[in-house]
This record gives sequence, C-alpha cells and structure tokens, in this order.
Amino acid sequence: MHFLSLILINLRRHRLRALIGVAGIGFGVAAMLAILGVVNGAITMFEHILSTDSHYLVMEKNVSDLFFSSVKDDELAALRAQPGVASAHPLLFGIVSSPGYPVITCFGVEADDPRLAHAEWLAGQRDDFGRNPGEVFLGARAAEFLHAHLGDELPIGPIQLRVAGILKTENGFEDGGVFLPLRDAQAYFHRAGVSSVIAVQLSDRSTGARFKQAVESAQPRLIALENREFNQGYHSFRILQTTAWAVGLCAFLLGGLGVANTMLLSVFSRIREIAVLRVCGFSHRQVAVLIFGEAVVIAAAGLVLGFTLGAGVLALLPRLPQFQGYVRADVGPVVLAGIALTALLTAAGGALYPAWYAARIQPAEALRYE
Amino acid sequence: MSDTPVQLIRARGLWKAYDGGRVTVLRDVSLEVQAGEVVALWGASGSGKSTLLHLLGGLDLPDQGELEICGLDPRVEANRLALRRRHLGFVFQLHNLIPDLTVAENLCVPAMADGRPARATHARLRDLAAAVGMTDRLGHRIQDLSGGERQRVAICRALMNGPRLLLADEPTGSLDEVSGETVFNLLKDLARREGVAVVMATHERRFADACHRRLRVRDGKVSAE
Repeated sequence: MHFLSLILINLRRHRLRALIGVAGIGFGVAAMLAILGVVNGAITMFEHILSTDSHYLVMEKNVSDLFFSSVKDDELAALRAQPGVASAHPLLFGIVSSPGYPVITCFGVEADDPRLAHAEWLAGQRDDFGRNPGEVFLGARAAEFLHAHLGDELPIGPIQLRVAGILKTENGFEDGGVFLPLRDAQAYFHRAGVSSVIAVQLSDRSTGARFKQAVESAQPRLIALENREFNQGYHSFRILQTTAWAVGLCAFLLGGLGVANTMLLSVFSRIREIAVLRVCGFSHRQVAVLIFGEAVVIAAAGLVLGFTLGAGVLALLPRLPQFQGYVRADVGPVVLAGIALTALLTAAGGALYPAWYAARIQPAEALRYE
Repeated sequence: MSDTPVQLIRARGLWKAYDGGRVTVLRDVSLEVQAGEVVALWGASGSGKSTLLHLLGGLDLPDQGELEICGLDPRVEANRLALRRRHLGFVFQLHNLIPDLTVAENLCVPAMADGRPARATHARLRDLAAAVGMTDRLGHRIQDLSGGERQRVAICRALMNGPRLLLADEPTGSLDEVSGETVFNLLKDLARREGVAVVMATHERRFADACHRRLRVRDGKVSAE
C-alpha cells in the first residue's frame, strides 16, 4: 500500500464532504478562469486595435486613459515628416449611444486606415468611407444588435446618420463598434484637429529607439511607446488585470475556507485514527503530509472541475447577445499555471491549521478514553 | 555469547498525575522487563495500568522518575519515534484498526511509517497472517471481520516491524471468553516465536496467571506477586 492509498481512503470515506471541498475549489478556479479569460481577451482585442500595422503608438504623455489623450493635427504632420516613418494613422476614440445601447465604441479613422483595408466588407464599399458627410460604418456585430442595414438612418446620439457600410473584423471591439471618418468624429466629439493616438509604422523597425527619442525631444507633450511597452504600462490594462485577479482570489478564498472546513472535520472525526498512526510510527511530519495530501487531491480534482466549468462558461459567454461581441476568451499558459498554483496554494492554506492540529495530536491523550 | 539477560525496560520511581497534578495516577513505580519475558500488569479498571503502558511505550512522559526503553530515553522525540517504528508494538483493547482499509493494508501501516520496502513488507505480512490463520482474509475489509479476527490482525500489525517489546492494553477485554482465550494464546505463541517480550495490562486473573510474571497494579502503585 502507498501513502496515496491512505489519502484516498479518507476522501472516499467522506465523499460528500470531499466533494464540497472539490466544488469550492472548482468554483474558484472556474470564476478565476472566466474572469481572467474575459479580461485578457478584452485587453488582447484592445491591443489589436492599437497595434494594427504599427510598431509604435504615439499619444499624449501622462494621461490616465487613451480616451483623454489629444494629439494635435500639427503634431501628426510632424510625425509623418519624420525620417524613417512609413505611415502614421490617427485614431480618435469616443463613446456613442443609440436607443437601447448607451455605450458603443466609436473609432474615428482616416479612409486609408489599415483596419478598414483588412476588414471584410459585408455591405457598402471601402472606397465610400469618408466620401459623403453624415454617414456611419458599422462593425458586423454592431449592425446585428442595432438591427441596422445598409442605407438605414441610424440615431447616433443626438443626430441621425446613414449606414454606408458594414464591415466584419477579427476584433470584437471593432466588430461591436462604429466607424466614423476622422473629421466627422472630431466634429461629433467636439475635438476638432485632435486624435487620441497615432499608430506609427517605421520603414526599419531597428530605428525605433531613435524614433522614440526624436518624438520625445521634438514634442515633449507626447510619448512614443512600442506596442509591448504600451501593453505592459497602460494603467487601464493593469487595473483590469489586478481587479480580475483580486475578484478571482476572493472566489478562491471561499474555496480555501471550504477546504479548511472539509479538512478540519476530517481531522476531528478521526482523532483516534491519527493517534493510532502515530502509535504505529507516523511522525508529526508524516501526519501533516497526509492531511496536506488530502487537500492537494481535493485541489487537483477542483482544478479539473474548475477548468471544465470555466471552459464551458468561456465558450458560452461570447454567444450571449448581451455582450455585443465584446467577449473573447484569451487564456494563455501563464494564466492557467497561475490559476493552478493559486488553487494548490489555497488548498494548502486551507489545510494548514488542520494539518498542524493533526500533527500535534497526542496519542496517549487520544487513546486514553477508549 | 553472554547469558546476561537483555533489559528492555528499566523504570525507576515513575510518577504521573493528570488534571494539573490533582489526580495522581502512578506513584513511585519501578519495574524492569527482560527480553523474552511475558509480564502481566494486573489490576482493576482505573488502577493505572494503561497509563503505565503509555509511559512504557513512550506515548506519554512521566512527571518524575527515570525511564529507559530498549536502551533509549523516551524524553527525546527522535527516540520515541524510533521506539514506535522499530522497537515497540502496541495492541489495544479495541483493535484500533483503520476501517475501510483491508487487512493487508492495515498491516502495511507500520512498515509505511518506517519506509520499509514493499516486497519485504509483503512477505512479512503474509508470514504473520499465516501464523494467525488469516491468510485468506488479507483482502477483506476490517468491517467484515469478527472481533476476534480484528484483534488477531491488530497483533500482527503490532509485530509487523519486528519489535523487541509488545505492549498490550487489555487485548482480550472486548472479546468473549473463547475468543479472549484464543487471542491471548496467540499473543503468547507469537511472542515466543518472534522472541518478543510482552507487557500486558489485564484485569483478568486467568490471563495474568498464565504470564511469566505478574505485577499487581493498585492505586497507582506496582508490586510483584
């Protein structure tokens, strides 16, 4: 017989209790997986919006969010004039509303913007973008939830715009948003001559450091960040990720309490048995390992349950119309490893006191009252 | 080869009290046990037999006095562990086997604690099971055994790691007369076969009389009879 048999026998003996522990960890894992998957998916989509065909992002320095960044037209022109710059595409972010949908992301872009070129045009033509005033172009998901078709008049905020095109992109944010020609967007948001961010592509990427330095010395109001730098440093991403981990950890805390409860009951219900193990030569450490082993098995089973549940939730969420296509799961190996580690640590944490208690059981005292 | 008997237990002036010293259970107890001896601690319930056995097994420590078990000082934690793993075996009134484990699995527990190799453990448990007539019950769960069978398994478990001393606390106490007799004889036979000394607490005169030596335990004091 192996040590594992002793661990499993006790879990088998108190199946319901063990299952409650497994469920606690499982729900924690599922919650964390779902939250992190959705948040990381959102961040990845947002990163993709910014990094389409670009190496650097230029924006206003020290702004709390890109929505508040203002890069003026003359600064855009100066960027375009810089040696080594192959292209510089301005992007103005804004939020618009339509009846029943108070928050729709709006992208103000120029007609030659790469995201328009890469999109699949389901209705209308790319060449029409920005040709006529009073027109709006919809992402495919936005067209779906707004029930809009080519040529329809669509209320966007206080004005009516004609749907001049519907485009399908790979990006959930873009697909669930609306596109306006940059000038129209600037007028709509009362931000004439201003963009939120400029996506810059260099002729030679290796000249990036020089470009960055040139931007920051010539235009001290601005900052140029490589896409990777931006993603790592962007406050909103960090806040989102931290919040996701914090909420997930709260879920785990409940799971940990479940394990603690399961393990405590397990120890209290077999004090005599543990005393007998000690009489048979089990050391304090071996008894503690036995209890931790049970917790680890519960955590492992909880992980399997949680990953299965979480995967199911992540598969279901994008299909819910309420999410307007904004949800796309992105779960990498680091996140999976992080969740697995957290589950194991939570279970081990939950087993800490029960293991300590079990290891300190005095055989003589436990056996005295036969 | 020397004929000097090997002393397994040397106890001098042991005192033990509980409840913050209010209840004195053992008073100035001294005794010696040699290898191969079968010694009875005979006395009524509550006379201090179990407490003395616990001290002799290193399960508890005396408040006063000197104690040496198999040449080791039980006040040292590492010694207590070594005693339980290699030098001592325990049999209790209730079998104290682990329910839901099979007979074979229960017998493996002491070997597992001492990290003994599986093959040797398996051979040993088969040998012991054969000696107590339980070979065909090795795969059975404890719940499926009778009281006498359980106690036989408990004796085998106590002997698994080849101890030098077996401490038995009323091993026949929960059995009917016939089963009690059987278990007691088995205990003695196995002890002789294995060369193990036995210290057995009992309140039954007939078993005490059948031992090599009988020590009377009364009001926490031990006297030879």
